Amino acid sequence: MGIIVDSYDVIVIGAGHAGVEASLAAARLGYKTLLATLSLDNIALMPCNPSVGGSAKGQLVGEIDALGGQMAISADEACIQMRMLNTGKGYAVHSLRAQADKPFYHVIMKKVVENQENLDVKQLMIDKLLVRNDEVVGVEAETGEVFESSIVIICTGTYLRSKIVFGSVNYESGPNGLRSANKLSESLLEAGVELARFKTGTPARVDRRSLDFSKMQIQEGDPELRNFSYISNITHREQVPCWLTYTSPVTHQIIKDNLVRSGMFNGLVEGVGPRYCPSIESKIIRFKDKERHQLFIEPEGLNTNEMYVQGMSSALPADVQVKFMQTIPGMEHVKMMRPGYAIDYDCLDPLQLKSSLEHKHIKGLFSAGQSNGTSGYEEAAGQGLIAGINAVRKLQGKTPLVLGRNEAYIGVLIDDLVTKGTNEPYRMMTSRAEYRLLLRQDNGDLRLTEKGREIGLVTDERWEKFTKKRSEIERVMHHLQNTFVSPTEEINAKLISAGSVPLKKGENLATLLKRSEMSYEKLQAFFGAPEISPVVREQAEIQCKYEGYIIKQKQAVEKALRLESKKIPADIDYFALKELSNEAAEKLDRVRPDSLGQASRISGVSPADVGVLMIALEVHRRQEAEKQ
Amino acid sequence: MLQEDTISAVTTAPGNAAIGIVRISGSDALQIADQMFFAASGKKLETYPSHTMVYGFVRDREGRDIDEVLSVYMKAPRSYTAEDVIEIQCHGGMQSIRQILALTYYYGARPAEPGEFTKRAFLNGRIDLVQAESVMDIINSKSAAALKIAVQQQEGFLSKKLKEVRRKLRDVIVHLEAVIDYPEEDIEDVTYNEVNNTISGAAEEVSVLLEGAHTGKILKEGLRTAIIGRPNVGKSSLLNTLLKEDRALVSEYEGTTRDVIEEQLVIGGVPVLLADTAGIHDTKDFVEKLGVERSRAFLDKAELILVVLDGTQPLTADDETILTAIKGKNAVFVVNKTDLAESIITKTLAERFAPENVIEISAKTKEGIDRLESWLQEYVYGSSRQSDEEIYIQNERQINLLRQAADSLKDAVEAAENRLPYDCLTIDVDRALTLMGEITGETVRDEIINEIFARFCVGK
Repeated sequence: MGIIVDSYDVIVIGAGHAGVEASLAAARLGYKTLLATLSLDNIALMPCNPSVGGSAKGQLVGEIDALGGQMAISADEACIQMRMLNTGKGYAVHSLRAQADKPFYHVIMKKVVENQENLDVKQLMIDKLLVRNDEVVGVEAETGEVFESSIVIICTGTYLRSKIVFGSVNYESGPNGLRSANKLSESLLEAGVELARFKTGTPARVDRRSLDFSKMQIQEGDPELRNFSYISNITHREQVPCWLTYTSPVTHQIIKDNLVRSGMFNGLVEGVGPRYCPSIESKIIRFKDKERHQLFIEPEGLNTNEMYVQGMSSALPADVQVKFMQTIPGMEHVKMMRPGYAIDYDCLDPLQLKSSLEHKHIKGLFSAGQSNGTSGYEEAAGQGLIAGINAVRKLQGKTPLVLGRNEAYIGVLIDDLVTKGTNEPYRMMTSRAEYRLLLRQDNGDLRLTEKGREIGLVTDERWEKFTKKRSEIERVMHHLQNTFVSPTEEINAKLISAGSVPLKKGENLATLLKRSEMSYEKLQAFFGAPEISPVVREQAEIQCKYEGYIIKQKQAVEKALRLESKKIPADIDYFALKELSNEAAEKLDRVRPDSLGQASRISGVSPADVGVLMIALEVHRRQEAEKQ
Repeated sequence: MLQEDTISAVTTAPGNAAIGIVRISGSDALQIADQMFFAASGKKLETYPSHTMVYGFVRDREGRDIDEVLSVYMKAPRSYTAEDVIEIQCHGGMQSIRQILALTYYYGARPAEPGEFTKRAFLNGRIDLVQAESVMDIINSKSAAALKIAVQQQEGFLSKKLKEVRRKLRDVIVHLEAVIDYPEEDIEDVTYNEVNNTISGAAEEVSVLLEGAHTGKILKEGLRTAIIGRPNVGKSSLLNTLLKEDRALVSEYEGTTRDVIEEQLVIGGVPVLLADTAGIHDTKDFVEKLGVERSRAFLDKAELILVVLDGTQPLTADDETILTAIKGKNAVFVVNKTDLAESIITKTLAERFAPENVIEISAKTKEGIDRLESWLQEYVYGSSRQSDEEIYIQNERQINLLRQAADSLKDAVEAAENRLPYDCLTIDVDRALTLMGEITGETVRDEIINEIFARFCVGK
């Protein structure tokens, strides 16, 4: 045992997107926190794409913001291009996506964590998790320094026993030449943590000056200014474009000719890779008939010439990467600055975790982010925030914050992880959320600010801004519902002039706004609806136009919540319930769900099994009652 | 599964019991019963003290009497399940029991699962542990039995067909979801026409399946047929011929309507429950009483009327009484005695009714019996009986799920026609998929995500 140098309420290992949120949450809630990182120069590093948000991920960022997290505010600040995706496909799937200045994002986040009260940021290689009687007692660094704490949050990203592979190049390392954490992996195994091995990858970075953009299509940001954070004050932003180009049959031929040299196929890559983030060589093998694949060339930042080649993730040797890129229009004279690579790493099997993100068998051990088998900065940050909050709530003796599948993408994410597990790096998608219509980019604050306030992470400033917006929405909705217009000639003439159909009977403005050709602005022009801010106007329109579908989803939620509210005691012995099928008993024992609702989502657990469980719970309840 | 749902089921053993009981349990029980049960007194059920037998009628959605019944309202917690319970006792045999049950579903009850009343009784503190354990056994043995049934042929066909319909719907959803979740990939966008065509197609197929539910019920319960004819037209000899032809005669028992005898027999592969007036009243008497309510009820209970006529004689006044009485019913006109002379009434009947529903036979020589058999087959299976793989759903739970799926598909078609955005469109299609998945045992979400990656080259 090393030398005890300090003790903390909470220790966070890793200062990536999960670690930053976890440590900030704990420290902001007033707890003495240590954030340990391999390198102070790489806090909140974005080792892959230079962007934040995207489909479903934009919603995650909004939720983090509403709960009082940091990612949205920093991403707004580091943003060099903002787009709202999916605008033609309905409000529920609108998602914000920002191109971020990567080095600047790091600088911002470093400043934030370094200046956070109660938070110590240290460059440390943590070698050991210290556990006594299945309870966390601290960590030990390679220096022999021991830091005591009853809470440790693992946010180790891809750094556990990580290995970088491209071509025949193969070395132990994290991204960007950072050290891999080998001993910590062993220590976790010794403590009884089960690890899996996953793989992910990243494309090459190329020199902006070597590209001919005249042969590519320009992709500009939206003219309208938007922010992730519901309280952002940013009103002006210089935007830089991205560029679109395509592979060609020649590109594909070069890749095919060199497949045997790819780290993906020469036996060097061990881990399971994600299907949604395939290497270019995997794409070409799996989709043989596709004549071309698109590539986005994205700036890594304003003060660097490095450009990220999205769509070109590869573990081919460096010379092949250059050769095939040179067959792509606009990249004929490309100069590669860093090659793409595949990375293999250890991560925790998330089925070991409770919904609070605490380990089921090791008290005080939490885990968040890529080390839980996810992928993506936003997924990591969301988990980090929840782990930080729940670490504190554990110290406070409070029940953990568990967001419902109907409340937040973060809820869907964590429920999926701890209920179904994952056999590949898990990426959030809107299609994973069955109540997607309720979980929108535009209403993250309405869904979660109140929760964030209760937890203690919502500042007075945010709370004030939020309550003002909320009451403004209530006021305008009240006005729309209670203002009736009659089918007079004058009104019908107005409606016809707006391309709408005349009224047959009196209607309130809310009903009128449901018409697809109607907008709040037209209601203002025709019927003097009150002047309101654009965000409130958007809410009014969505709430009126989507009312029918929102009701449908809410009914489905209500039905599901009945099972959700039936809690399962932690000490239940599934194998003693002989009426359960063997498969169900095994699955239930592995997951140990909190509620009947969660149990019903485990694959292999049938409705009949849930029926048996329901009875078993009542038996249990009566036995407990008798004891007392 | 959800205890808050209102559930209903027949609680008496199916088959020959003289009285059938439909039980409704849950918070909506009274409201459901109020819409279908009409007390003879004209008062609402809830105005009676709890546990009072109330005499009245169950009426269908068009207000027609289904059966005369006794209803009891047992107010929570003084009932078997400790919830609000309504029991409706009827005596009209399986046909009316099932009609009554179907009405409870229509008004919002959900089919009870095996052992569910007892389960609720336990969960609400009504029964003890030992009983509860036996319920757990029931739940699992029944679901094991249900599993066994599931592999049986008809279910197999249904499942196969549903999977086919689901696959088409799923493909549309997968395409929509891929476009939503990968907005910047070069995936060809979905067209509303394509979506509309697929959903309409699926809606059509589901409605065909629901039509097949009618056939399924007949196959399971028998086609309820009344045989009628004035004296001396050869009704008895036709009956005897049919009975002799039928080697699969199952049983003979006194029908639930005391006026008639019901025979179960199989004609041309169609199971038939043949109700005859013979035995209790003489036929002459019966015809005279056609105007009387009880005799009408006899006709009304039958789905099909087999009218027997004498082809050698012109239509008599009694014949006309019968022909008037059966107006609006499904009927087949059997012109008997073609062995004696050429029929002189076939032409008249063909003009007054559909010619294909007039069949000449000779009960004596059996000539034409095969035509009657084909007619029955056609009636039950429809003209499209091309293979044994026709699908007939027999299970109320499945029918119920499928009806809801059909409703969702209707909404989805409307959404596609109005070009509502994808996020709304997917909600109804998703629901239809989920409901159909409850029949086939498939889950929606993982399936969709797997398919996105299998079909589209997406990802950075």
